[in-house]
Amino acid sequence: MSNDWPLFEVFIRSRAGLEHKHVGSLHAADARMAVEHARDVYTRRLEGVSIWVVRSADITASDPGEAESLFEPARDKVYRHPTFYAIPEEVKNL
Amino acid sequence: MPRRRAKSSLPLRAELVCYPCLLSAAACGSMYTQALDNEGRPVPAAAGEGEERAVRFQARIDADEKIEPKDWMPEAYRQTLIRQISQHAHSEIVGMLPEGNWITRAPTLKRKAVLIAKVQDEGGHGMYLYSAAETLGIEREEMFRQLLAGAAKYSSIFNYPTLTWADVGAIGWLVDGAAIMNQIPICRCSYGPYARAMVRICKEESFHQRQGFEIMLTLARGSREQRAMAQDALARWWWPSIMMFGPSDADSKHTAQSMRWKIKRFSNDELRQKFIDVTVPQAQFLGLSIPDAQLRWDEGTQHYLIGPIDWAEFHAVLKGHGPCNRERLEARRAAHEAGLWVREAAAAHAAKQRARTAQVA
Repeated sequence: MSNDWPLFEVFIRSRAGLEHKHVGSLHAADARMAVEHARDVYTRRLEGVSIWVVRSADITASDPGEAESLFEPARDKVYRHPTFYAIPEEVKNL
Repeated sequence: MPRRRAKSSLPLRAELVCYPCLLSAAACGSMYTQALDNEGRPVPAAAGEGEERAVRFQARIDADEKIEPKDWMPEAYRQTLIRQISQHAHSEIVGMLPEGNWITRAPTLKRKAVLIAKVQDEGGHGMYLYSAAETLGIEREEMFRQLLAGAAKYSSIFNYPTLTWADVGAIGWLVDGAAIMNQIPICRCSYGPYARAMVRICKEESFHQRQGFEIMLTLARGSREQRAMAQDALARWWWPSIMMFGPSDADSKHTAQSMRWKIKRFSNDELRQKFIDVTVPQAQFLGLSIPDAQLRWDEGTQHYLIGPIDWAEFHAVLKGHGPCNRERLEARRAAHEAGLWVREAAAAHAAKQRARTAQVA
């Protein structure tokens, strides 16, 4: 049963020039089968030109509980955005 | 007043395997998950899980934030979703059977190709949904086990037989039409993976509904026998489609909680009425009559009003006494058993490949 079939996460590039994007997951015996299944499950209507699969167990994710300490520090660094800097209107092309 | 009661301070993850609870607890989805309305007691609400966290969780929901798999969530929310999504997945998988019945007998090669594509979509929908349910901590094989053991529910509609080719049209038009009505609001469900799966599904369902209507239209414009076949299919599928929306609001105990959690956005009766209002004119266009002598347009409410629904039939089918319940489960079990050697062979092959790679390395 799927007991022996690990879970894979599927990433699809919808067309050349765009990044691969996570679309979902599926079970397969190995990576090759995962690509074949991904093609049947996630690209029945030309949704992609390229497929990546990766075993879900191999993904290391950040902990939502730590989201604040991870991402909060960026909140008060507005000087990282161009709109932080006041430039006189008559100055062009800046 | 104590903030926390020791009684229900269950560890968060340990409860995931509480399957008796999972099966009997109730919250209300409808449609492909209509059984939720009818199952016993509700999961006790968040007591003991930390009121503060529960309050913060509800605040996130109220602010239309999406909940993602690793976020904290009340156990009742998790269990409600597991049941709703897995029932929905089972419905897609069992739903392949009544239509699959006609693949070999589709009247033309085009119809056959379309029907194969549609049935394949249903399988795909099942896969999206099983994956979404798995993000909540239930294993896929456990869901299969529940389905094959007859412990899990699926939509009552798939326990009716497909007697003629026109039934394939009626299913696409009515059953998929009703499903779309129900599923579009779920695209905005508070649980991210479920909402994303529903977006994909809704895009594909639209093809299903239109191809079904087109079959009905072709038959309705065909010979006398073909028109009679279309009429017969509508006569048999109308009420079961109406029942797909689940019990009436008065009998649907758990709608309120699911609405608070934004798992559900409209009540069963609201969705049913929307479906009736859009479908009646479509039947009129086909020149077919809906099997309800009391059906009438009501100027006051600007809605079509229908006669009484036979809830005894609905509950009987849901409990397993529909025309095809046994046949459907037997077909699923047979398919599962017949596929066992393939799954085992694939797993053995993968293990051998891994061993070889390890040797080389």
